[in-house]
Amino acid sequence: MPLTPTEYIIIVFAVALGAMATRFAPFVLFPEGKKPPQIVAYLGNVLPPVMMGLLVVYCLKDVPVLAAPHGLPELIAIVFVVGIHLWRNNVLLSIGSGTILYMLLVQKVFGA
Amino acid sequence: METSKRNNFVRTLTAAFPHTIPVLAGFLVLGMAYGMLMLKNGYGPLWSVPMSAIAFCGSMQFVAITLLTTAFRPVEALLLSFLVNARHLFYGLSMLEKYKGFGKVKAFLIYTLCDETFSIVSCVTPPEGVEPKGFYLSISLLHYCYWIVGTFLGGVLGNLVTFNMLGLDFALTALFVVLFIEQMKKSGNRIFGFIGIGAALAARLVFGAENMVLPALAAILVILIAGRTKLCR
Repeated sequence: MPLTPTEYIIIVFAVALGAMATRFAPFVLFPEGKKPPQIVAYLGNVLPPVMMGLLVVYCLKDVPVLAAPHGLPELIAIVFVVGIHLWRNNVLLSIGSGTILYMLLVQKVFGA
Repeated sequence: METSKRNNFVRTLTAAFPHTIPVLAGFLVLGMAYGMLMLKNGYGPLWSVPMSAIAFCGSMQFVAITLLTTAFRPVEALLLSFLVNARHLFYGLSMLEKYKGFGKVKAFLIYTLCDETFSIVSCVTPPEGVEPKGFYLSISLLHYCYWIVGTFLGGVLGNLVTFNMLGLDFALTALFVVLFIEQMKKSGNRIFGFIGIGAALAARLVFGAENMVLPALAAILVILIAGRTKLCR
């Protein structure tokens, strides 16, 4: 290992501190006793759909669209997940079957 | 008294578990990938597992591998971690109400509030007769364990894994897609879902895969605040 044990532990806590600052900040800024400003309540309400949209794109950020296979496995699997989810409305079925389809696509169809 | 308490705990855990299955698949695979990568860089499970347990921040842990293999730069690690994790600021705002009045449990819920937990908790309500506090705690605790177990397995098994897991981490993408659809079922939510997709796509195109998150978050904040009166009829 390139760092000394002490240096490693310090890095662990530095990374944790950075992450925890982002997680705890909203709860520290707007404690339970006080009513949060209206704008905060509004953001809290509308952010879930916004962030789900962002997370979908974020998951796909490294997909090479310009090089083969041009993001086709992802596109096919996502269209399948959307379709089967709207049809059967079963979260586990949608995710499970979509993941199996995607694995087949990247391993057998588009793979080596 | 003790048995009823235990029964209650088991019932809550049983109610929560099915909601965590996609994350079980995703976190085991990504956790193993992380454990293996750390091993390759000279850090066995004795080192990678504490990182997962203490920092618990998936993508940042991958970024931090670079910080662990070059010169010792703790301040940079701290700042980078804050920036990479900035999206959690937004999750917290949405959980202020939901996690209210949970006492000691609340600190753990906040400590382990990740993308996947936020997505599921903001979409799922505890079933009839199951106490919300225990339900949310079960989801967070299970996710936390999956990530640590995955890291450990990756560090211990190294490259012994023969089962071809390529593509299994798509479970997390599929999870976000499904929960996105669930959010979009409420007509009042749709415009907000499109704002998220639009801002992220624009940021990805303009700033590239490495630097998309902060500009996307900034754009979202500006659009939501500036368009507030128009967006909320």
